[in-house]
Amino acid sequence: MRRAFVSIIKRDVALALRQGGGLGAAVSFIMAFLVLVPLALGPDQNTLQRFAPGLMWLALLLAVMLTTERIFQQDYEDGTMDLLATVELPLELVCLAKALAHLVTVSLPMAIIAPVLGILLNLEATLLPVLLASMIPGALALSMIAAIVGAVTAGLRRGALIVPLLVLPLYVPIIIFGVSAATSALTPAGAMPSVLVLTGIALITLVIQPWASAAALRAYFR
Amino acid sequence: MGPELPLLCVENLACERAGRRLLSNLSFELHSGDFFDLRGANGAGKSSLLRLLAGLGEKAEGDFTIREGFHYVGHQDSLKAVLTVRENLTFWADVQGGGNVDKALIAFSLKPLADERAALLSQGQKRRLALSRLALQSRGVWLLDEPTVGLDTQSLQQLRDLIAGHLNSGNVLLAATHADLGIAPRQTIMLGKP
Repeated sequence: MRRAFVSIIKRDVALALRQGGGLGAAVSFIMAFLVLVPLALGPDQNTLQRFAPGLMWLALLLAVMLTTERIFQQDYEDGTMDLLATVELPLELVCLAKALAHLVTVSLPMAIIAPVLGILLNLEATLLPVLLASMIPGALALSMIAAIVGAVTAGLRRGALIVPLLVLPLYVPIIIFGVSAATSALTPAGAMPSVLVLTGIALITLVIQPWASAAALRAYFR
Repeated sequence: MGPELPLLCVENLACERAGRRLLSNLSFELHSGDFFDLRGANGAGKSSLLRLLAGLGEKAEGDFTIREGFHYVGHQDSLKAVLTVRENLTFWADVQGGGNVDKALIAFSLKPLADERAALLSQGQKRRLALSRLALQSRGVWLLDEPTVGLDTQSLQQLRDLIAGHLNSGNVLLAATHADLGIAPRQTIMLGKP
């Protein structure tokens, strides 16, 4: 079963790299976002610095949302999901493997790239490690939530239309505690409480995701 | 020694789709070497029955038992266009817990195409690749949904040979077909609209 689990992750990573639609689209999006933000907010360095952590989180959330629909839809449409549901590996673990592949190919690289690109927004260098420490558990939670919503919308013709509606309420706590980690980093309380809450959210989503995604897919099989 | 247990046993099975009953009170047994042919008009429930037996549906009544595992090949080829023929087969071999990729490539003369991306294959070649998954690993029961669609004469003969080998090894086949497979079924199950 471990071999099957690993091979699903490896295949999804290979597909993401060869198709270029996952990480490639997300990186292009985040670059465009960061170039346009200073034009929209104006060139004032202090304004950009103040909003930089929130904007970085916003860019990460939107980039992950872009790729949410792709997690299960392609496999659902070409019949791969049917066959994956018939193998010995439980469907819950199939779903977990696909969510981890999404984490490896999209959320985690974005979580590492985003704070570095934050320099373009005059992000304080001292906030870089804080953003990184909060975005890594945040990325795990984002991928797990994306995999749940991706499974719910896998069989819908225009799933992309309802992805934002389903995802946004679930992403609200993540962006609140993510931004809070950066803003409280320079206060006596420090960033640790917010980072711990984010880690807690990530672990909860990690536990819920396999069952929630598998239940959503089974509903399509019926 | 007791009586031989059927590899596929269906008892009073019923299934529904979108609130409409497709099959009811369906019972049959496939014993070693049996090939049963599912026939019926479009919408009669052939694919639904095969999907149900593969665990992709929900039964309304009755029960079924499958022994010694199964292979299911549905309407779709379940291939990834950006992966090569060999990579597609290797993935399924790994997911199924092992399998002989070279044997599967030879079964449908896909060895010369092994390093081609699946996107470059014709529709018939894609179908051959989908069917070659059957040769990866021996399983007691094959559930095939319209396996002959898109196959040329040579590929059809290769499928016949593969099925003959499967049945001669004491395994069973339940197939929904509109075309003649070239192998006489022990029984034809006619499914009709209720």
